[in-house]
Order: sequence, then structure tokens, then C-alpha cells
Amino acid sequence: MERASQGIIYGINGPVVKVRGKQAFQMLEMVLVGHDRLIGEVIRVLEDETIVQVYENTTGLKPGEPVVSTGKPLTVKLGPGIMGNIFDGIERPLTRIADNTGIFIKRGSIMDNLDREKLWEVKILVRPGDHVKQGDIIAEVKETESVNHKIMVPPNVEGEVIETADDGLYNIDQVIVKVKEGRDIYNLTLVQEWPVREPRPYCHRLPLNIPLITGQRVIDILFPMAKGGAAAIPGGFGTGKTLTQHQLAKWANADIIVYVGCGERGNEITEVLEDFPKLIDPRSGRPLMERTVLIGNTSNMPVAAREASIYTGITIAEYYRDMGYDVAIMADSTSRWAEALREISGRLEEMPAEEGFPAYLPSRLSEFYERAGRVENFNGTTGSVSIIGAVSPQGGDFSEPVTQNTKRFIRCFWALDKALAYTRHYPAINWINSYSEYSDQLEGWYRENASPEFMDRKTEISRILQEEGKLLDIVKLIGSDILPEEQKLVLEIAKVIRQGFLQQNAYHEQDTYVPIQKQYLMMDSILRAHAGASRLVALGIPVSVIRKSGVFEELIKMKYNISNDDPDAFEKLNSKTESILNEIESDYRASGRVNEV
Amino acid sequence: MNIEYMGLKEISGPLVVIDGVKDASFEEMVEITVGKNKRLGRIIQIEGELCVIQVFEGTRGISLENTHTRLLGKPLKMPLSMELLGRVLDGKGRPVDGLGEIYPEITRDINGEPINPVMREYPRNFIQTGISSIDGLATLIRGQKLPVFSDSGLPHNQLAVQIVRQAKIEDDDEAGFAIVFAAMGVKHDVAEYFRESFQTSGVLDRVVMFLNLANDPVVERIVTPRCALTAAEYLAYEKNMHVLVIMTDMTAYAEALREISSSKGEIPSRKGYPGYLYSDLASIYERAGMVKGCRGSITQIPILTMPNDDITHPVPDLTGYITEGQIVLDRSLSAKGIYPPINILPSLSRLMKDGIGKGYTREDHPEVANQLFASYAKVQEVKALASVIGEEELSETDRMYMNFGREFEEKFIAQDFSENRSITDTLDLGWKLLRLLPVSELDRLSPKTVEKYYTRSDSEGGDF
Repeated sequence: MERASQGIIYGINGPVVKVRGKQAFQMLEMVLVGHDRLIGEVIRVLEDETIVQVYENTTGLKPGEPVVSTGKPLTVKLGPGIMGNIFDGIERPLTRIADNTGIFIKRGSIMDNLDREKLWEVKILVRPGDHVKQGDIIAEVKETESVNHKIMVPPNVEGEVIETADDGLYNIDQVIVKVKEGRDIYNLTLVQEWPVREPRPYCHRLPLNIPLITGQRVIDILFPMAKGGAAAIPGGFGTGKTLTQHQLAKWANADIIVYVGCGERGNEITEVLEDFPKLIDPRSGRPLMERTVLIGNTSNMPVAAREASIYTGITIAEYYRDMGYDVAIMADSTSRWAEALREISGRLEEMPAEEGFPAYLPSRLSEFYERAGRVENFNGTTGSVSIIGAVSPQGGDFSEPVTQNTKRFIRCFWALDKALAYTRHYPAINWINSYSEYSDQLEGWYRENASPEFMDRKTEISRILQEEGKLLDIVKLIGSDILPEEQKLVLEIAKVIRQGFLQQNAYHEQDTYVPIQKQYLMMDSILRAHAGASRLVALGIPVSVIRKSGVFEELIKMKYNISNDDPDAFEKLNSKTESILNEIESDYRASGRVNEV
Repeated sequence: MNIEYMGLKEISGPLVVIDGVKDASFEEMVEITVGKNKRLGRIIQIEGELCVIQVFEGTRGISLENTHTRLLGKPLKMPLSMELLGRVLDGKGRPVDGLGEIYPEITRDINGEPINPVMREYPRNFIQTGISSIDGLATLIRGQKLPVFSDSGLPHNQLAVQIVRQAKIEDDDEAGFAIVFAAMGVKHDVAEYFRESFQTSGVLDRVVMFLNLANDPVVERIVTPRCALTAAEYLAYEKNMHVLVIMTDMTAYAEALREISSSKGEIPSRKGYPGYLYSDLASIYERAGMVKGCRGSITQIPILTMPNDDITHPVPDLTGYITEGQIVLDRSLSAKGIYPPINILPSLSRLMKDGIGKGYTREDHPEVANQLFASYAKVQEVKALASVIGEEELSETDRMYMNFGREFEEKFIAQDFSENRSITDTLDLGWKLLRLLPVSELDRLSPKTVEKYYTRSDSEGGDF
């Protein structure tokens, strides 16, 4: 370290520090700034000046203080101890920072990212003489009850195993396997490092034809997400972005959840910290926290670390993907990350593009979203990283640069709607503006696993909703009384779909997560009722009569009345609907009031 | 050791530049002597030996030659002690009530430090304000930051005063409560109105007032909320008090920030506001909350004016993204003579979901609130239709909605400035209103709740 290149602070402007002196800093290198050794990153190298963004508050820094290079880019430590934990934007452990400094985060708290004392039960999977290459699994550690952490050969290491430790308890620094390549010997421990801004390598990409099931009806049925896909949730404030993100983090059928709270409220992170240990994963029966890692860089924490938090999150996600897991990363909110870029860019006096955002905003967004994917790893396993990014458009206006540029790089767009949120229709995903380009690729899976008629049913639902949209425009002008009966029925069924199906209660024990089978049956019951009611309307029976019979109310309440593990109840519901409708019909026929077609 | 620097290199708006400064640190305070009077400033940018300084008292009367400047060697600090209660301070935290200096128990950097999210306590305790539209539909929670979005001519000050007077901040425990009031760029009579109201409600000796009035220096506004919150943090986290912080007007604060930004020649983002407006506002609002191991709490009610009633203006917009909900005042309700003119549809309390219902307020609260929102939203649709086809042409159900809407505005939203309704009164009132609609229209209620509350009407003293 003594020979490391060093400079001295020349200028300070918020998180941006200018450094002069001996020039040997590398671009994107991590440096330690000032006597307090604040962590920073080189973001521009000029002939006689280096510019550093500092990940901590720069109050009190003075010109003339030293800046020391570390010789490596901003990296994260990857190894056991990540799951169930909470880190800041540059992977510093917030729990242990709290143990040291109390309520507030003090400056210059340099800490080990992962707990170095803790002993892990390690099971070695290779023997001397084995040939190993990057990505190969050499050992296993039970990181939490839900996650089996696979220790892999780091990228760019290949050779023959010459020595292994015995199974037993080790901390993350102890050497467990030695690998010889030519004359070099690599000492492998439980951890590896990786620069956050560089995607981790994989063998090749796979098609995205498996859905990420979320248990949320409007998503799973109308706008499905693929494992390895990228989705955006844009919405003005109060439309429920964070609520939706939390729901997805809770119930999505991923093996690992990386939740990045990027420039958002502190209490939202606290909420996750309080809720997740109590919530039980419906698949494993274990607390959700055991498969979750939180990256919390709240809005009042330093802005440069906010910029880094997204990369820290995705790098951790890729690391677990390499083990063969399906990982979902929630980034809440990518707009705050874009604003961090803008803030740093402004301080560098770069020429702005739209609304003050730097011209490289689209390329940074695309780099990030392209790190999603379903891949075959070097060790033969398959894993995926699905990205779900929240976008907070200014003024709720989707034409602003972050939303528009994000749209280009994602294929699933869940537009949150203020009007729906005002009526407390949650999730407030607007069914007219939203889309999923994964639908077609996922068709096969749904046919096989939900029902062969799935796609037809879904199209039918979308068609009714579209038609309702058109009819409502007319109703706004003339009222609904004038509409012909068939169209009144469309409005009535659409209401059932909206209230009974699309609306989902995140705080209801049963309704918060609905298995795909029940989702299908609900959709099916609604459409059966529609078919039955259409038959009656064609006979000249007014919709108001059908409505009074209570069939629609029964359908709206089915999400609460029928429990998730009782698919047979739908049979009963359907036959009840049918008998009510038949009764109305026979009443009318008996009194001779039907139009014979 | 105290070097004085003679003269300045440049003056631009509220900023001055000094050359040849040795050993300055970022955000250090400086004292600028102009003739006989002294002004305070803060270093906001360092470039070698050049320092850019923002002068809190403004740069009027300063020339390149008539000053000498001394570095104070520390960032702006706030003296803190229990003596603060009952005092009136200027926007920089210095007493202006003529009662002498504050003898500090400790001094703190006004910028504070970010609360570690691990150490936060999730706020869950309901504060009864006695105002139906807030208690029932946008419940205030202890430790929440809930701004009032308003505009000139609307009674946001009365509303804030009513909340202060009626809010049951005192808990059963002996923690005690305090009010921190920060005025930024408000008129003298507004500040006086608050002071008088505090006095008449007998809480004046529990109030710390920070006053930066409309004619006070603009730059001072930048530090006013930070001084106020430093005091609030001291009272809450060291003295275990429940602190209610009222900050008005946040729009004036943001404008001061914009003024300095443009003087510095920074690249503007929306409407000329600096790109870091979000982070800057967050560094204020995020200082609300509760922390582990402390009985105290900081509840913030910032008041901000929406220029031209525009909720998408950057200040309310960014505020809404940081705060835990908002209370929106509406000009058309106010014009109908409804006080408080709270438009409930865009109003929201994000923390209410965990602080109401069984064990907190009453079991039916979440459902009643949901149903009132949904029904009132429907009223707006019906109104729009009625304005096209006329009210007589409406269907029977739609007419019921029109009636519900009127009653809701007049009986539920409207209440007297001195009327203090309990949460039970508010919820019962909600039920009376919901009974104006047929049960088939109440789709947000579970059958159990309908049975228990909707059908109770006869025993409960009837409907309207």
C-alpha cells in the first residue's frame, strides 16, 4: 500500500472532489479520500487532475488532505453471510455499523463487508487431482435454512486441485481448496471479489419461456413476467410502487430476492426488515428473510453510494444466479438512481441532455437492464436474474426521460395509475397502458401448467376490458341507461373483473398471494357467468334482473370466500351461478316474456 | 492562528468568492466583517485556494474591498439544551426574543447524520387529531412525515393550528411533548398567528420557534429547517419527548435553494430547480421518525404551497415522493365554504395501514376508509355525468351518489375549527353516510362488517 499512487485534494464541491498531485489513478478505481479515509471512486482522469466521487458526506474535508489509491475498482465481497442481511449502497453491513455507531451512520465507518469471525459448516465437494475451471462448485455452505450457498471457483481461475481442507467449520478467510495452474497456485476461500460495474460471465443465454409467478392476478394473467426478464413499474407518488415491489419480493417464485431500496424512504426498509422475518415463504415454509438480501441506501444517505447501490445489488444477484438459482432483483427506485447520475454529472459541469440528465443516461440504463437474463452457467446449472425496476416519473408524467428510456430496455411495463389509486383500486396497474412482451413466449408454459384454454380465456378478459374502456367514454357523455342491454352486460362483467379479479388485497391473508390454478379458475368462473348471462340477455331479459339476483356479487366476493387450497369450491360456485341464471330464464319463459331467437 | 482575509474576489447574488484561503474545510463557517457589523457565511465550494461562500445575511453593501473574513474552523452548529423550550430564535438558531443566549448542554452540526435504517422503529401509533377527514381517511401516525399541500388563500395555517391543539401527542408515559415550529419566508402576521395560537392553547412554553420571515435573508432559509430538526432530534432522541415539527413554507425553502443554485451557475433541471432538490428535501424530511431504544419521536407536518394549485410542480411532486403521504387542500371545496377543505382523493397516509384497525383504532376502520374513498370517487364520476346530462336524467342509484357526495362533504369533511371528534364519532359518522347508499354498492366491505355495522342503523339513532 505504501507504493500506491497518492494525490492531494484540490477542490471540493458536494460529493465531487478534485485531486491533484502524482497522477497514476486508474479510471473507476476505488480510492480513500482524506484523513478519515472516505471511500471514493475515480470518475474522470485529466492530464493534471483526477475527479473522484465520494460515497460519504464530505463536510469538513480540506484541500491538501491525501487521496490514496487502492489499485482496484469498486468491488463487492461475495460469500456466505449475504443472505438475510442488510447492506448500504457499497455493501457495508448496516447492522454492524449500528452496533458500532448507534442510531446514526457516522462517516468513515470502514468495516468488513462480511462477518469474518463467523464459522460456517463447509462441505468440500472436490478432491485433489480434480480439474476445476471457473464457476465449478467446490464446496457447499448452508447459509440459511432456505439457501444452500455454493462456493464456486472464481472467474478466470482454472487448474488442478492440489489440496483440500476437510469438511468442517471455517471462517470466510480460511483456505479450503488450493488450485495449481502452471506455476501459479490459487488459494480459494469461501469468498471472492467482483467489480460491481462489470457483469459476471456465464456460458450462454437461454430463451425466456418460464414465467416468474407472482401470485398477483393482474400480473400473472394479463401481463406476465418471465424468469430472466426485465420489467418496469412506473407511477406517480401514492400509486403504490413500493407496495407492489414489496408484494413481488414477498411472493414471486424466485429462489433469491435482492431488494434494493435506492434513494427511497428509511421506513420502507424498516418495514421490510420487520415484516420479512415474520412472513413465511409459501413454497419452502421458511421465513422470507432467509432468502432475501436488502441493499438500503435511503434518500438521506450519500448520493454517490446511491448511484452504486444498483450495481452492488445486481452483482450479488448475478453471483447467486451463477450457483443455479432464480434470482429476482427489485430496484426501488431507478429514478432516484438516475437523479444521482444527474447530480454528479451536474457537479462535473457536463453538458446535459434532456431535463438536466446526462447524455449517457440511456446507455447506463441499458447496461443495467441487460444484466437480466436466464443463462446456462459455466458449471452446467441454469439460473436467472429478473429485474423489476420502479420508476418515479416527475409529476406522474410518463413522457419524462427516465420512463421513456427505461421503456426501451424492458419488455414488461406495469403502468400504475393515479385514478385507480384514488379509488383505492390496488394494485393500481392500468390494464390499458400496461403491456408484457413475454406473453407469447410464455404461452407454452401456461397451456401446460394452467390450462390448455388459458390463452383464449385471457384474451377474452382483455377484450371485455378493452370494450369497457370504449363504452365508458360513451357513458361519460350520455349515461349508462341508454346503452343496449348487451353493452350494459359488458359493463357489468367488466366491473366484476375489475373488482373481483384485478383488485387484490395485499393485507388479506388469502388474497395477498393466489396460486396460478385459483387465478385461472376465478377467470373461468367469471367468463362462464358472462356466457350464461349473455344467453339470457339475448332472450330479452334485462341486465338489471340478472344483477338483482346477486350472481355478480357472489363472483366479486369469491376471492375472499373461496380459500386458496379449495379448487373444488369453484365447481359449486359455477353450478350455483348456473342454477340462478336458469331459474331467471325459466321464470321468464313461464310468463312468456322471452324473445325467441 | 486566526488569519483574516482582506477583501473579496467576486460577488454574485448571495455568494462571494475569496482567493488565497489556506486550510479551509468544506462547509466550514466563516465570519465576514463589513464595516461594523458581522455576517455569517458558509463555504459551499473549494477550488484550490478559492472558496465560494454563501452569506446568510445577504451581500447587500458588500464591495470587493470593504470586508475582512475569518474562518471559524467548524461547520454550523446549533446550541442545544432544555432551555430551548419556549424560546424564539432566528433562522440560524440564534435567540431573538431578548432573553439572552442559550447556554448549551451540547452543540450539534445542523446537517445531522442519516439514521441507520436498521435502527428505525416502524411507526404504528395513531395520533388522534380530532379532524374526521384526517383521522378517518389519512390517519396521522406518530413519527410520520405528513405534509399539507396548499396554496395561498387556503386555510392551511388554521388546519395546522387545529392539529397542534387537538392532537393527543401526550402519551400515557411521562415522555412529554414539544412543538418545533420553523417558519421560512412566511409573513410576519402568519408567524404571529401561530405564536398566538400556541399561547391560547397554553403550549407556548413547550414550543421552540425558528423564524425566518419573508423579509429576512433568503440564504438563511437554507439552514432554518436544519436548525429546527437538530433541536427536534435533541428533544426526541436525548430527552425522549414526542416532538411535532411544523415547517412552513417548504416552497419558499426550495426557492431559496434555487436562488443559490443559479448564483453558482449550476445546471438546472425542472423549472430551474437544481438537480439535487430531491436529495436536499430528503435530507430534511427523512429526519422524522422513531428509533430503537428511544421513547421519543419526531412527527413532521411540513406545509407547502403549490404554485398555481399545481400538484405536479417540482416541490409538491418531490415532496410527495419522500413523505409518507400528503393532505391536499382544495380550492373548490374551500369556495363552497367547507372547512377544512381537504380533498380526500389525492390525500393519503402511507403509514395508516399498519396503525389502524383492530388493536389500534377500531376493527372496521380500514374497510370504512376504503369504502368511503371508493364511493366518493364514484361521486366524482356521477357529477361529471350530471354536468353533461343534467341531474334529473341520472339513474336512481346515481342520484343516491349525488346525495351521498353532498352529505359527505358537508357532514364528514366539514367541521368546525374548534370541533374535536373522537375516532369513534368519525367512524360512526362514516357509517351513517354509507347507509345513504344501497348495500349492493358497497363493494369494499366484507359481509361480516356489513352485518355488524351497516344494518345497525335503527339502534344508532337513525340516519340523516
